[in-house]
Amino acid sequence: MNNYELMVIFTPVLSDDDFKAAQKKFAGFVKENGGSIVAENAWGLKSLAYPIQKKTTGLYWVLEYTASADFNEKLKIQLLRDESVLRHLCTKLDKYAVEYNAKKRSGVKSGTEKTVEA
Amino acid sequence: MAKNEIKYLTAIKSDKHVKKFCRFKKYGIRYIDYKDVEFLKKFLNEQGKILPRRLSGNSLKYQRKVSDAIKKARQMALLPYVTDLLK
Repeated sequence: MNNYELMVIFTPVLSDDDFKAAQKKFAGFVKENGGSIVAENAWGLKSLAYPIQKKTTGLYWVLEYTASADFNEKLKIQLLRDESVLRHLCTKLDKYAVEYNAKKRSGVKSGTEKTVEA
Repeated sequence: MAKNEIKYLTAIKSDKHVKKFCRFKKYGIRYIDYKDVEFLKKFLNEQGKILPRRLSGNSLKYQRKVSDAIKKARQMALLPYVTDLLK
């Protein structure tokens, strides 16, 4: 089992319910395949730094999960088949990343924020 | 005392050269988050290009991590690939 983080940009034409349904669909897909969800964070509508498929905004969603190593190939197929997904990125998290994310969730100031003043 | 009375023709450089340091090593940052855009912007110039180690002072290990994080952020449209007046 490894720790992963998935970020998905959904097309902005989705309604709130569709957005939630899409989140549920992929979160459910992780669970079905023996993974477990660590954290979920929907950023919502956000403007893109450059247009993707002629769209200037997107619905961001971040999911942190643990799964076995061969699961991501299956997930990728699902993401590519879904037309409401503009783009996705799956990152493997090392132990420092897991620590960082856990700290950030609990509201403790992370190391990167310390350097803002420095 | 006599030393203080010496007058120089040209002003002496008072500010010492401050040695650059790797902020990740100094502050013990082990993971660079690609979602933290404001932090990554410290390592970009106005056009959104990655600053060289010569200027940022990063160690090689963390410069690689910074560049990976920036490239991930660009893929996910958090940062632009090319732009003017980023800051």
